Amino acid sequence: MSELKKVKNRKCRELAYQVKLNCLKMVYGGQSGHIGSMLSCAEILSVLYLKILRNITPEDAKNPERDRLIFSKGHGGGALFATLAELGYFPKEWLDTYYQDAGKLSGHISHHINGVEFSTGSLGHGLPVAAGMALVGYRTKQKHRVFCVVSDGDCNAGSTWEAIMLAGQHGWDNLTMIVDYNRLQALGNSEDIINLDPFDVKLRDFGWGVRVVEDGHDVNQLEKALTKLPVEKGKPSAIICRTIKGKGVSFMEGNFNCHYGPVTKELYEKAVAEIKAKGI
Amino acid sequence: MRAAFNKALLEIAKKDPRVYMILADIGYGEIEGFANAFPKRFINCGVAEQNMTGVACGVAMEGNIAITYSIANFPTLRCLEQIRNDVCYHKANVKIVIIGGGMAYGPLGISHHSTEDLAILRALPNMVVIAPCDIPEAIEATKSMMAYNGPVYYRCGYKKEPNVYDGPVKFTICKANVIREGKDATVIFTGTIGHNCKLAVEELAKKGIKCRLISMHTVKPIDVDAIKNAAIQTGAIITVEEHNICGGLGSAVAEVLMDSGVGKVPFKRLALPDVNVSKIGSQKWLLEEYELGVQHIVKAVKGMLK
Repeated sequence: MSELKKVKNRKCRELAYQVKLNCLKMVYGGQSGHIGSMLSCAEILSVLYLKILRNITPEDAKNPERDRLIFSKGHGGGALFATLAELGYFPKEWLDTYYQDAGKLSGHISHHINGVEFSTGSLGHGLPVAAGMALVGYRTKQKHRVFCVVSDGDCNAGSTWEAIMLAGQHGWDNLTMIVDYNRLQALGNSEDIINLDPFDVKLRDFGWGVRVVEDGHDVNQLEKALTKLPVEKGKPSAIICRTIKGKGVSFMEGNFNCHYGPVTKELYEKAVAEIKAKGI
Repeated sequence: MRAAFNKALLEIAKKDPRVYMILADIGYGEIEGFANAFPKRFINCGVAEQNMTGVACGVAMEGNIAITYSIANFPTLRCLEQIRNDVCYHKANVKIVIIGGGMAYGPLGISHHSTEDLAILRALPNMVVIAPCDIPEAIEATKSMMAYNGPVYYRCGYKKEPNVYDGPVKFTICKANVIREGKDATVIFTGTIGHNCKLAVEELAKKGIKCRLISMHTVKPIDVDAIKNAAIQTGAIITVEEHNICGGLGSAVAEVLMDSGVGKVPFKRLALPDVNVSKIGSQKWLLEEYELGVQHIVKAVKGMLK
């Protein structure tokens, strides 16, 4: 059993590793931004797709019984595209067209791609929609769950808090918000812009069950935190994952410049070398 | 009209379990019927229109028909990006209903006047824009809207609007209704200003000027043939709307006239000036102040035919 466990976790790490390499290639190829936001959530997405989300496959991505995943931090959508491509939701070659003229994949996540539940790109849009889906599932007693991945910037938006308050009020415990809590946003440290800490306290005050993942890049910790849901029966769940923007690339980690900055050939090669040197 | 809409919606909801009502703490005295009959399909999101619209979108994406409902600009401009990105882009089956189209909330002031909505909503891809003129048309419009699969903006009136139609109303989205025939000019209106248009056309008829009267209840997609026919058959067109002169019905009609090459006819737009309405008074009074009263319409038609 422990052997099997090891192998399974290896798959999550392998997927996250491939996603990171893909993201670097996509961002370099398209000369686009947001690589830091993508590297921040590679493990979260890997664990979600390999361990958590039920009844969704590339062949049946619209199964009515599937767990829904709304990816609200649409600018980091390259990571979701890369994850879906690795899992066979669409041809991997499409990744090479990311951010390109007549490309298949846009700079923000799009529902026109198989496996993507909802298009986002403007922050603060995902959680209200996820709440609406959760409302229906909850009141019609369906078994599927609704997940929403949000960013620090998402949690500045009033609309996100409107949804937090509503879901807490009604106790929709089929709803889970996963916070990619890297504490950097477009213009600097979240702490200096809108300091959300203590975030868990705020969420609990609004009626949410909260679990904090100390290392949001550790697939074991992520799996453990996301396996037993809801955190508290009768409450929506928030999983705050402490992550590092630009994770895996020394000169991007914790550096807010990687929110926008395109990657030069030299930096791209250096970044790929670092990711490869670390391995899975 | 507000009560008629709610009653019609309730009847539809009795037969269709997909109908949800998503509110933002507005609807006192009107929405209780739905809330009591279908508590599981009703939610008050509090004063939070962005969330209301997002929630409605999520509800609709699960195979339902979600109604958002509030006063004037609250369910439209307050949450315009949610309407654009979430509802329209995903073609979600959300119906955005406002109460008090135009200046129906008169003395409550500019925050409660919906006077740029037609221009703004019709600029959104995948959006249908409807403005019924009287209670019978509002009831039929509600049925058509609910039968249509996709985003609709419904500009509802307020209370006790007088009838514009004489007989029964047929309603097809994008098919304008000719309420009265005439050969000298055509008056095209949308929404509850239709009653002033009707009275104006009746007065003109007494003076020997026979106007065609058209309810352009669907501003988008607009009935191109009705406009072209009006230009060709009556030779003059005047549009009347309780809306800013920029971008509303008059603009939409002008676009069709020029695009279709029949624009060489006398043409005039009656609308609110491009200002924030700061005068205080009832809807009726404000319409006179801003030169949208019956006599203003009569005068404009006469002036155009000189």
